[in-house]
Amino acid sequence: MAHGPAKGFSRWLYTTNHKDIGSMYLWFSFAMFLLGGVFALVIRAELFEPGLQIVEPGFFNQMTTMHGLVMVFGAVMPAFVGLANWMIPMMLGAPDMALPRMNNWSFWILPFAFAMMVSTLFMEGGGPNFGWTFYAPLSTTYAPPSVTFFIFAVHIMGASSIMGSINIIATILNMRAPGMTLMKMPLFVWTWLITAYLLIAVMPVLAGVVTMMLMDIHFGTSFFDAAGGGDPVLFQHVFWFFGHPEVYIMILPAFGIVSAIIPTFARKPLFGYSSMVYATASIAFLSFIVWAHHMFTVGLPIAGELFFMYATMLIAVPTGVKVFNWVTTMFRGSMTFETPMLFSIAFVILFTIGGFSGLMLAIAPADFQYHDTYFVVAHFHYVLVPGAIFSITAGVYYWLPKWCGNMYNETMGKVQFWLAFIGLNVTFFPMHFVGLAGMQRRVPDYNQFFADFNMISSMGAFLFGAAQLMLLYNVISTIMSGKKATDEVWEDPEGLEWTVPSPAPYHTFSTPPPIK
Amino acid sequence: MIKNFWKDNSTPVLCVKLGVTVVGMFVFAIFIMPPLYTLFCDITGLNGKTGGKYNIEAQKGVDSFGVDTTREIKVQFIATNNETMPWEFKPIDKTVIVHPGEATVIKYYAHNPTDRAMIGQAVPSVVPYKAANYFHKTECFCFNSQPLQAGESAELGLSFIVDIDIPKYVKTITLSYTLFDITGEPEETLNEANQNTGIPKVLQLVSIN
Repeated sequence: MAHGPAKGFSRWLYTTNHKDIGSMYLWFSFAMFLLGGVFALVIRAELFEPGLQIVEPGFFNQMTTMHGLVMVFGAVMPAFVGLANWMIPMMLGAPDMALPRMNNWSFWILPFAFAMMVSTLFMEGGGPNFGWTFYAPLSTTYAPPSVTFFIFAVHIMGASSIMGSINIIATILNMRAPGMTLMKMPLFVWTWLITAYLLIAVMPVLAGVVTMMLMDIHFGTSFFDAAGGGDPVLFQHVFWFFGHPEVYIMILPAFGIVSAIIPTFARKPLFGYSSMVYATASIAFLSFIVWAHHMFTVGLPIAGELFFMYATMLIAVPTGVKVFNWVTTMFRGSMTFETPMLFSIAFVILFTIGGFSGLMLAIAPADFQYHDTYFVVAHFHYVLVPGAIFSITAGVYYWLPKWCGNMYNETMGKVQFWLAFIGLNVTFFPMHFVGLAGMQRRVPDYNQFFADFNMISSMGAFLFGAAQLMLLYNVISTIMSGKKATDEVWEDPEGLEWTVPSPAPYHTFSTPPPIK
Repeated sequence: MIKNFWKDNSTPVLCVKLGVTVVGMFVFAIFIMPPLYTLFCDITGLNGKTGGKYNIEAQKGVDSFGVDTTREIKVQFIATNNETMPWEFKPIDKTVIVHPGEATVIKYYAHNPTDRAMIGQAVPSVVPYKAANYFHKTECFCFNSQPLQAGESAELGLSFIVDIDIPKYVKTITLSYTLFDITGEPEETLNEANQNTGIPKVLQLVSIN
């Protein structure tokens, strides 16, 4: 216990402390979130009015691609890994992660991966312009020369995620305090355990698919080249075999965060703990057998369309279990509405809306109408922004007092919530309408009669962006000053992390705590 | 020892297990999924890919097919140029009516209007996909790449047999060829395309490089 953090920059470079690494992940993620947000605002600025006014169509394509890639791999995933690093050892009564040196490495390769990927924007021919799904042959035959940098960046991100997951699994299976049985673990730990297994299973598939692209581009193979006997549709199958579990990788830890926050502010234990665990596991299993619902229009046989349609709809069952459990947890609870709770309730409501538009998209015959329209954009932003971003924000507000020892400004937090909530709905709700009316994704221009809704969307986007700067200000001012937080922070919250002082000491649980 | 390995979840052993899973999934993505996909499409005919060269003698000792004159099947031919392929490429016979079991020869026409020698590769696709496994090509220009000198033209032959077992509801088969410009592609790619058999061959492909 004697030694604290080293001084200066080398503390961060050489650190093996889960709290330091968690903080670095979170800051990195926030930087990427702002970068991806700037890309999104370029898109929304261009779409403010019909016609081309701000950027070239080629650059617009790079913006849609980079926005997706940076948000998925740079913002959401590292944020969850950061929260896992900070919270999992403290929730389990463990002194640190199981593999602290690998932990350091899996963080420090990330900035290099993203530096490489973002630098492609300044290269000749521009950065990736083929959409974040990088379908072949757009990403092979027609790709800009910089695609090789993109491929290596994806390899590095994949390596980082895989090492992070191995570390998390090893921590959860081997570092629990005595008496902390699996079914006593907080739900955030459970969802992360399952997420880590998903990552182990599908990140290598992502690495595989970009490796096949690399070989097609540089080594004369024809995995995805019809002229050489390959098949571009194969790309989509392999990509979505990774891509669909990836969607759940971005949402399962969010379920865990919300399952920690709602009981605290409803002042009731979580309803249906074990059903939550089984629902999470079921969602993870189902995520492997629904990938082709992203590809209903490629010419699947009718049996395939039906199978993937029904399997996809089946996911609504365990997800419904979770939503009902959260609602039941709140039912007749003594609820108060602090900022983390506001974000969590918004999560439950908005994620459900996104889930319902997902069910609409799951209907194979109807999907032919919705495919590649703004309806799809509305759907996945309704699940990802309230799902991942709101839950991460909720988690940050919830645990920030524990991390830095100071209480954040509650009024500013609430104002930020309402700005973000209004901004999000103003941005994405109109997209449902323009999508159903036939506006295509990923096109920098549109028909005049979509003009009003697009202008509203763009204004909402800038409001949402401003709300995030407010979050940044609130977090920084909390760390710098702010009134001291108590050790418990909230009123009788559940979990070992609240039994240590605020701020959490550099080393916690060097001796395992007693588990009731 | 072995028993312990499966039960042992201590951190080093766990890392080995998870690492092996990672490598396994990578291998699965590159070496198993593409051949499996090709095989699956080959069995079901899903992506409309027709089989390789059809050898009559090889079929269960039957050396001549009975022709089913009670049925007539319309076979339509389509030609498409991929992206920037500048050749003139079209079927000479646009439609033929055949009986199942009857050997038929038709021709496509290709002309290279450019002032340089080029190599083309035609890739076939059959609609409806359920007919793909019943459409047998005994000779086809798509089995080989097609070089053409500057300004040269060629008639490209295709002989085929529609299987007598073709499902009753199939009345029309459309055969589409997409012509790709493969001038300057590595030799392996060409050979690969020529043996368009649908048998898992990505393994060979990888080993070539």
